[in-house]
Amino acid sequence: MNQSRFRKVVTAVAVATSATMVLAACSGGGAEKTDDTTGDSGGGGGDSGYTIAMITHETPGDTFWDKIKAGAQQAAKDTGATLKYSNDPDPAKQATLIQNAIDSKVDGIATTLATPDALAGSVKAAGTAGIPTVAFNSGIDQYLETGALMYFGSDENLAGATAGERITADGGKHPLCVIQAAGSVALEARCAGVKSKVAGTENIQVNGADDAAVVSAIQAKLAADSSIDYIVTLGAPIALNALKSMEQAGSKAKLVTFDLNAEAAQQIKDGKIQFSIDQQPYVQGYLAVTALYLNVKNGNDMGGGKPVLTGPSFVDPKNIDVILPFTKNNTR
Amino acid sequence: MSQDPTPAPTSAPKPAPAAPARPAAETPSAVSHGAHAEASNRIQLGWSNRLLARPEIGALVAAIILFIFFLAVAPAFRSVDSLMTVLYQSSTIGIVAVAVGLLMIGGEFDLSAGVLVYSAGLLNAMFSYQLGVNLWVGAVLALVFALSIGWLNGYMVMRTGIPSFLITLGSFFILQGANLGVTKLVTGSVSTPNINQMDGYDSLNAIFAHTFSIGGASLNITVLWWLLFVGLAHWMLTRTRIGNWLYAVGGNAPSARAVGVPVTRVKIGLFMGVAFLAWFTGMHTLYNYNTLQASNGIGNEFLYIVAAVVGGTLLTGGYGNAIGVAIGAFIFGMTSLCIVYAGWDNNWFKAFLGVMLLLAVVVNLYVKNLSTLRKVG
Repeated sequence: MNQSRFRKVVTAVAVATSATMVLAACSGGGAEKTDDTTGDSGGGGGDSGYTIAMITHETPGDTFWDKIKAGAQQAAKDTGATLKYSNDPDPAKQATLIQNAIDSKVDGIATTLATPDALAGSVKAAGTAGIPTVAFNSGIDQYLETGALMYFGSDENLAGATAGERITADGGKHPLCVIQAAGSVALEARCAGVKSKVAGTENIQVNGADDAAVVSAIQAKLAADSSIDYIVTLGAPIALNALKSMEQAGSKAKLVTFDLNAEAAQQIKDGKIQFSIDQQPYVQGYLAVTALYLNVKNGNDMGGGKPVLTGPSFVDPKNIDVILPFTKNNTR
Repeated sequence: MSQDPTPAPTSAPKPAPAAPARPAAETPSAVSHGAHAEASNRIQLGWSNRLLARPEIGALVAAIILFIFFLAVAPAFRSVDSLMTVLYQSSTIGIVAVAVGLLMIGGEFDLSAGVLVYSAGLLNAMFSYQLGVNLWVGAVLALVFALSIGWLNGYMVMRTGIPSFLITLGSFFILQGANLGVTKLVTGSVSTPNINQMDGYDSLNAIFAHTFSIGGASLNITVLWWLLFVGLAHWMLTRTRIGNWLYAVGGNAPSARAVGVPVTRVKIGLFMGVAFLAWFTGMHTLYNYNTLQASNGIGNEFLYIVAAVVGGTLLTGGYGNAIGVAIGAFIFGMTSLCIVYAGWDNNWFKAFLGVMLLLAVVVNLYVKNLSTLRKVG
């Protein structure tokens, strides 16, 4: 690149930058200018010196897991502990990660048990090494067998059934349950829960990694079967896609979702989504770390040998005003 | 085949599939007359042979068979609405697939395209939202970013000589990680905020995601863009010098270089073409859905490649055309949605899809073999 061309590029960049400045002055709808970020009232725990490992089956980039992590981090801050977070959707690799935590002699382990059989060996090994382990998010039926001390999470089947009850009460006969990740036990359990209360429930699988594909598939289903009166999505981003499909297909069906994000919460406020079944992932992450802290420091046991349920919690037009601000902070 | 790229511009729509034809061309009297006697030196094929020699014919046959099949088994497919939905689904894959097809004709490969679609959208949304600037600024910035990724892919491939599979696998991972990392860093979450209240949204939405109402059915503008891009690519391949260069570069890069084809520039241009259409699709996704999740787009790079391969593009380069790739994308869109229209068990979705795609490839291959065999005989 010769000198004059280089100068031209520099000029172009300068022009673009100044255009940006000008436009910046007059554009609305963007981020609100805040003088400080959210009020993380300074963690009160000081430095307790504990190290807690959290190992999940998260596939990176889901808003749901982001909240679990946010809760765990806040809990670590509040208790003055050090959090070591790691994740792998592959059960064998998750087991290795638990083994890593044992090897590095952490003070406590919090793990998800999406695949209890694959992880039971590692959880037992942690017990043998004298490291207390708690389960959260998944594994409600198996956590005791694996040797985990406590469980924090939602009962997916119960959550689905709760949604199903409410759909029946509203007169729904033929819900469509949208599974965005093929082969997920938790998602299947939710749909089975809905079906246990509304016999006409039908499942559909969509590619959750592609917005256009999700919209087209739901739209196609609505076109193929006009008797669908409810759509049940199992994640907040999918609910937003479903809204688009319903709009395009001119469907009169009602929309119900699991989980929340800021955008879905807004749609609940606007009446486009009937209600959300929230399992409060932030609480799951927070409680798992806090419970380990209390257990190590004080010998506490939460739940008294029974799972501690973080859901199903309803979010609907009645309580959305309270919850909406929290979704924007990524804590709800 | 690339010893004689010079006499190309006269007529023949496609210079590429000359390799199997050459023995036939040399046997009749042509050799003694020398190369300049173009009329006698060119073999005359019957219309059926000429038809069968086209790369897209296998895909077309498969598409027609599948279309009739689905019309028969899926009553819900028999409406204009459904066809529009299928076309929309096809266009979201088909737009990038056109460029991926050209790239593959040029003998290269791009695994980063699926994620780049979302990188472009995320960059636009976050830049404009966080700084509160007009969305157009973010869109242009995202275009510059996408093109530079495409340029970098091409430059690295040409500069290092490492296969494009590896180079773009690298950029795939980098973009995937950066999408997540940067989004989390900037927004505090892993999805972008809603941008539909911002300045510039309406005009951008009109360009990238406008929905027409045609006789009660709604058609997304991406379908028109898709047809336009296919038309442009087809024109470029068949009517311009660049088209000849593409086939030459994909067929045999060293000999293309020897006759003066700017191989490096052509290949970098192809990667930038993929990046451009990835940006375009990213813009559609952003302005159609208003918020994006940072983890999305993974896996779509294969769909683009599948569409190109089903459409008759050879993985080894030098053979294929744009219309074939469009038909490939249509087959994918139709199959993925007609399984829903037909009301088949969802758990089998991927298996059905795989069978349909394999079938399409086999039909495609069969027809192509048939055409080359008949030409010799």
